[in-house]
Amino acid sequence: MKPVAFEYCRPDTLEEAMELLAEFGSDASIVSGGLSLGAMLNMRLVRPRALIDVNRIDALGDIKVAASGTSTGAMVRQAVALKSPEIAEAVPLLARALPNVGHYQTRSRGTLGGSVAHADPSAEIPLSLVTLGGAVRLRSPKGAREVAAREFFHGVLTTDRRADEMVTGLVWPARALRTGYAFEEIAQRHGDFAIVAAAAAVTVGDDGNITALSFGLGGVEDRPFVVDNPDFIGRPAITATAQEIADAAAEIVEPMVDIQASADYRRQLVRVIGAKALMAAIADAEAQREAA
Amino acid sequence: MLRIKPDQKQRVTLTVNGRTVSGYAEPRMLLADFLRHELRLYGTHVGCEHGVCGACTAIIDGAATRTCLRYAVQCDGSEIETVEGLADADGTLNALQKAFNENGALQCGFCTAGVLMSATKFLEENPTPTREEVVDMLSGHICRCTGYEQIVRAILQASRQ
Repeated sequence: MKPVAFEYCRPDTLEEAMELLAEFGSDASIVSGGLSLGAMLNMRLVRPRALIDVNRIDALGDIKVAASGTSTGAMVRQAVALKSPEIAEAVPLLARALPNVGHYQTRSRGTLGGSVAHADPSAEIPLSLVTLGGAVRLRSPKGAREVAAREFFHGVLTTDRRADEMVTGLVWPARALRTGYAFEEIAQRHGDFAIVAAAAAVTVGDDGNITALSFGLGGVEDRPFVVDNPDFIGRPAITATAQEIADAAAEIVEPMVDIQASADYRRQLVRVIGAKALMAAIADAEAQREAA
Repeated sequence: MLRIKPDQKQRVTLTVNGRTVSGYAEPRMLLADFLRHELRLYGTHVGCEHGVCGACTAIIDGAATRTCLRYAVQCDGSEIETVEGLADADGTLNALQKAFNENGALQCGFCTAGVLMSATKFLEENPTPTREEVVDMLSGHICRCTGYEQIVRAILQASRQ
């Protein structure tokens, strides 16, 4: 199908984008890569009065690595982030998630910020941001604000973004010492929407016990989330613990049901994919300890 | 800032396969439709119109990407490579096209233009890919005839030439 007729607006600066947001508010859709929005426009699931094309705002394309963390402009293309040695070094979880994001032909155009703004519950970039405890930068004609990723996603395609705001960037916390990162997912076809995705950041102490843990799940509930599991801190960083963490998560999740999978199947995937991700993160942390 | 009213036809100029060409598009006209109906370049096929099947893939400003998820007005001034640009003017196929021919990498041909354009850019970036890398790249295309194996073989053969 073809989209409804809309006005096309292409701001050259963030200020011009703000003028348009003030004028149109919720009647406008902001397009970056257009890989998700374009499909929804073509299917007329969204019918905006105006399309605000932010592709020519150069200021949104930067990757900045600092000791305090990494910030990525909303318009950083997924393919650019995937090839970036800086991202691989500073945000390894994102680097490991990105090969699962769409395909060669979609990552070339799709953006980090666009995926977060779209908020598909199974999307890998939002899951990575939530697992790492990152934040989303927003800007409206009234000012700028930063929202913790764990509070940004409200549900399927629904976020904390207000109608007159746009996502301008993402904030990724600095890589932690002695911490391993891993990402695993199952999809019908590689690159498709994950049925279940798991992301893990595990810190292992000198004694071989887990000292910090973040275990995130995507595609399970209506938004990406981190499983709260303080009981496993201090436990040995071994396969059996990884399996226990994943099993405990499977007990408490309330999975979505759709054409791809039942709730029980998703629970089982949490056990299997979750344990795999946790074990890989532990192995990554151990490798760093040995190298040190 | 550029603003185009919903029913306004905007002149769009592109460089397609090295030639500067123009046409008119209202904001909602997909690049794929612009290529086909305004520029009469019917080699780029339109399948699913939501970015999944890959038939409409072309190279836009150096990136292999979907032309069904882009509007023509967004691409004013862009350089675009389509399947029409692969063979010589006299119809002589290039190495990749020959490899497709020799390996039976197409049957109905609907997906082929998109696959060829993806593979063209992919081999430019990665001239000696592994089989796994080719399969990964091909995951962005749907082919209902070949079972993919022949396409993988053709791309690997072209990469060795």
